[in-house]
Amino acid sequence: MVPGVDGFMYPNEFELQWSVLIVLYPYITGLVAGAFILASLERVFNVDAVRPTYRLALLTALAFLLVAPLPLQLHLGHPERSFEMYLTPHTSSAMAMFGFVYLWYLTVVLLLEIWLEYRVEIVEMAQSSKGIKRWIYTALTLGSFNISPAARRVDEKVGYAVTVIGIPSAFLLHGYVGFIFGSVKANPWWSTPLMPVVFLFSAMVSGIAAVMVLYAVCMKLRRTPIDMRCLDTIARYLFYTFVIDFTLEMLDLIHRTYESDESFRSLDFMVHTRLWGSHVILQIFLGTLVPLVLLAANQLWRYTEGVRKAMYMTAGGLTLVGIFAMRWNVVIGGQLFSKSFLGYTTYKMDMVSREGLIPAILLMLLPFAIFLVLVKLLPPWQGGKAHEA
Amino acid sequence: MDISRRDIFKVGGKLLVLASVGATLEQITGAEPASDAYRMADHWWGMIVDIDKCIGCGNCVRACSQENKVPQGYFRTWVERYQVEEGKPPHVESPQGAIDGFPPLTRTDLKSFFVPKLCNHCVDSPCVQVCPVGATFVSPDGVVLVDQNYCLGCRYCVQACPYGCRYLHPETQTVDKCTLCYHRITKGLTTACCESCPTGARLLVDFKNPKDPVHEILRTHKVQVLKPYMATGAKVYYENLDGEVR
Repeated sequence: MVPGVDGFMYPNEFELQWSVLIVLYPYITGLVAGAFILASLERVFNVDAVRPTYRLALLTALAFLLVAPLPLQLHLGHPERSFEMYLTPHTSSAMAMFGFVYLWYLTVVLLLEIWLEYRVEIVEMAQSSKGIKRWIYTALTLGSFNISPAARRVDEKVGYAVTVIGIPSAFLLHGYVGFIFGSVKANPWWSTPLMPVVFLFSAMVSGIAAVMVLYAVCMKLRRTPIDMRCLDTIARYLFYTFVIDFTLEMLDLIHRTYESDESFRSLDFMVHTRLWGSHVILQIFLGTLVPLVLLAANQLWRYTEGVRKAMYMTAGGLTLVGIFAMRWNVVIGGQLFSKSFLGYTTYKMDMVSREGLIPAILLMLLPFAIFLVLVKLLPPWQGGKAHEA
Repeated sequence: MDISRRDIFKVGGKLLVLASVGATLEQITGAEPASDAYRMADHWWGMIVDIDKCIGCGNCVRACSQENKVPQGYFRTWVERYQVEEGKPPHVESPQGAIDGFPPLTRTDLKSFFVPKLCNHCVDSPCVQVCPVGATFVSPDGVVLVDQNYCLGCRYCVQACPYGCRYLHPETQTVDKCTLCYHRITKGLTTACCESCPTGARLLVDFKNPKDPVHEILRTHKVQVLKPYMATGAKVYYENLDGEVR
């Protein structure tokens, strides 16, 4: 008997190949895509109410995007060879495209949009500040000091175009991550054409929830009143997106149950045993149904400001936990059962090893550290002067 | 750059000396020289496994492990023992890949048989498809191999293999698997597992060799591949395969 193993596993299946770091990868990219889509609501769809979070959402997306490749790098057996994915990508591999999708999103979409949004303030800071700050802001101008009304109009037009390109790019970024899992035909827990769509909507849910919570926390820390119109609007969009996401996930579940193919008994047993806590309790009940009820109640009844804030924060926090549980259940859950459908193994997470709990926690904290630096460098509080011009 | 005739002779002379030393070393160690006559385009390798002939002795697992220095706890090949009771899921076991064989059966009234497993060297390998850098590939003679100097160790191929044939080598941190003893078969030898099998349950076959017994077996015997619905183009064929085998 092998400890932690029930039934029969192929002998090379006992240990899991993809660890908690691979759980972080779709979680982080999802936050990026979701935060960006929230930002685009204001820019492209003219949802004026969410303007206070526009810049915050962009900086959140950037902070998380900068960290996104790190869990992958840490996970690789030979991280020094990862650059080969750029030099000799294997065109039939879904994973080979990651570097290109990532670079496209980072440079063409996010950095460009943030630069255009902040250009006026960067130039003003470069001209008014002294010492090292002056150097930093001068470097950030990229040599462009023209902030005349005509130049601002060009910025606005280009910024709009970048956001328009950015929306399908955000869809691509996370839909693609879903495809990496959904296209593995050997694994019935992953293999479904719904996977990219489910990933996409869950990404939007997590990104919107993250910006909502981050906005409220930032306002609290700055002792600035929360714009309740903004918070109500974000919560409404979170609710709409969540309904679609939950519908898709339930569709997948119902489809699997109704079809009951060869793998069903094995997967069903897994959900009722090893994944019960993380799937049924955390993901479906606490992470989806409770936030949905809280958000739905706000669409039906009017509560006081204090109650609304508490409900939104509870819903947002639980949503973030629920989406993390969803990523966990996909990545880890997909490796707990044998491809023989005759046995189950256990995930033993280390604490301090390269793929252990401590590196995972540090990687999850890193985006917040980057976010603090970004907020210091590019304060998001003034609210889009550039496209007001 | 000018290259004189003298330089050419110097380099050529060194090469000749090196080649002769190589030949001598091969004679000393007894290793078979790489066959000059081996042309990859002339071969298309696979295997036939006859379930009814396998006695579960584990010789093949031990031979493979020694021949290929397989790390302990990982398997390029293994043997499973099935015990099938009517109306129930089969009871399957493979203690340590059956490297030491199997303990005696506790029940003798059940249908029982052994199933040797190895990489199926698929034509449309899902593992090859997903490798982000092309480190795993199908050789021109039909063997799925991994370039250890190129593999990133991302393990996407391990996830993509429906048969559980791949693992991350704990020392090299690259993915490892059955090579069909490529270092042997290109010298005209058979694989370690086939050579060590006392009953001839495993047979290395060359689909491009018109005289190979594989053609007679495929023409006259009932054969099946594992998980045919995966459509991987597996080239390891099983004779007398029970429907319970996964």
